[in-house]
Amino acid sequence: MAATAAIVDYGMGNLASVLQACRHVGLEARVTADPASVAAAAGVILPGVGGFPAAMEALRRRRLVEPLQRQAAAGRPLVGICLGMQLLCDASEEHGRHPGLGLIAGDVVRFPRHDPRGARRKIPLVGWQPLYPPRPGAWRGSPLEPLEPGTYQYFDHAYHVRPRDPRTVLAESRFGALSFCAALRRGNVFGCQFHPERSGPDGLAIYARIRRLIERAAPADR
Amino acid sequence: MSPPSGLLRRIIPCLDVKDGRVVKGVRFRNLRDQGDPAEIARRYDRQGADELVFLDVGAAPERRDTALDWVRRTAEQVFIPLAVGGGVRRVEDADRLLRAGADKVGVNTAALDDPPLIDAIARRFGSQCMVLSVDAKRRPDGGWEVVTHGGRRPRGRDAVAWVREGVERGAGEILLTSIDADGTRAGYDLELLRAVVAAVGVPVIASGGAGEPAHLAAALEAGAAAVLAASIFHQGTYDVQQVKDYLEARGFPMRRPFHE
Repeated sequence: MAATAAIVDYGMGNLASVLQACRHVGLEARVTADPASVAAAAGVILPGVGGFPAAMEALRRRRLVEPLQRQAAAGRPLVGICLGMQLLCDASEEHGRHPGLGLIAGDVVRFPRHDPRGARRKIPLVGWQPLYPPRPGAWRGSPLEPLEPGTYQYFDHAYHVRPRDPRTVLAESRFGALSFCAALRRGNVFGCQFHPERSGPDGLAIYARIRRLIERAAPADR
Repeated sequence: MSPPSGLLRRIIPCLDVKDGRVVKGVRFRNLRDQGDPAEIARRYDRQGADELVFLDVGAAPERRDTALDWVRRTAEQVFIPLAVGGGVRRVEDADRLLRAGADKVGVNTAALDDPPLIDAIARRFGSQCMVLSVDAKRRPDGGWEVVTHGGRRPRGRDAVAWVREGVERGAGEILLTSIDADGTRAGYDLELLRAVVAAVGVPVIASGGAGEPAHLAAALEAGAAAVLAASIFHQGTYDVQQVKDYLEARGFPMRRPFHE
């Protein structure tokens, strides 16, 4: 039987888009808010659009924080998308300072309103931006492996992640002169700030790779 | 290889949908059937559209479920951002559209009737999916007034001031339509566009008046983060890729997919 991924429903995700992308690449996935299902899944996708504090509050209320942390500790794939990637981090400064899941060392900060030359940025960053590996070979064994450097993905966000350990940066992109972290990886924990489910064939290629990672991590006798 | 420093601008075909079918008319009159939303969306996706805007022009309350059906079918087949507007009057309407697969919702008349709706949608789903759609009409004495109902109903509000308020309330993007230019194919109202771009710190999508690729270039020049066009694409005069080639040759880098 194929491995099943859990798409975490805490009331704030673009669940439909994520589920449709999973189906499109043949990854069996279920949208669930049940902590036990999340804890038992072969892989977990944590989507999310909206505000960081409200999202963490929703995860706590639904008792999903611990299952997510356990999933990461068990070595099974955990993929955070957009706000979901930000939630993986230590804390966010969105509307005050709020702790996150603490799976990746780093903070979530707002894009500065002005670029270094003093020009006003249009925030949120909305649109297609290229991804670049921060070092050669960084994408090997990751969901980004099938991409060429410079591949465009769709972004829509006002906050970005500043990881403490540069080795956790899986991909970078740019907002004017500012280089920011576009994807994260620490072992089996991945995050992408962009929306691969809305990034056309290049995004679906990432989902196809996520499927492989989840199937490989699942016990063969399932 | 070094990344380009500017943001890529977006090319957005717009589809008017009535009763689950894509229609085309001038200012919502003489509507002609153009086909199935999902099918037309797929065609634009293949041509390289960066995003799609759907305007449900027949979104009466009793037809909401029909709307969800075509949004769902489109989102199942098209993997680029989808914004859906028309008939969003409450937070629950936005929720239903997002759950059906829309990535953003456009709010127009209901936001004027009840401005805190903008705050509520932005708080619940994030500013990035709250697109404030504003129809503006030139005043004889200068400036622009907000209008609704295809331009027939003046709202007595200054368009630039309204856009500013909308952004303060949490709108993450502005879809700005010039009612004077809409349907003329004579080009966007660049003066209006410049005034709004200068007034707010969020991306502005220019809409209304595109008749040829040069018009899109002029709007990007004027500061639009994205350009929306309907008839030039629907009538097959240009496909999205041709327009992108044209704009690229004029110094606006465009997205190109690697995987086909």
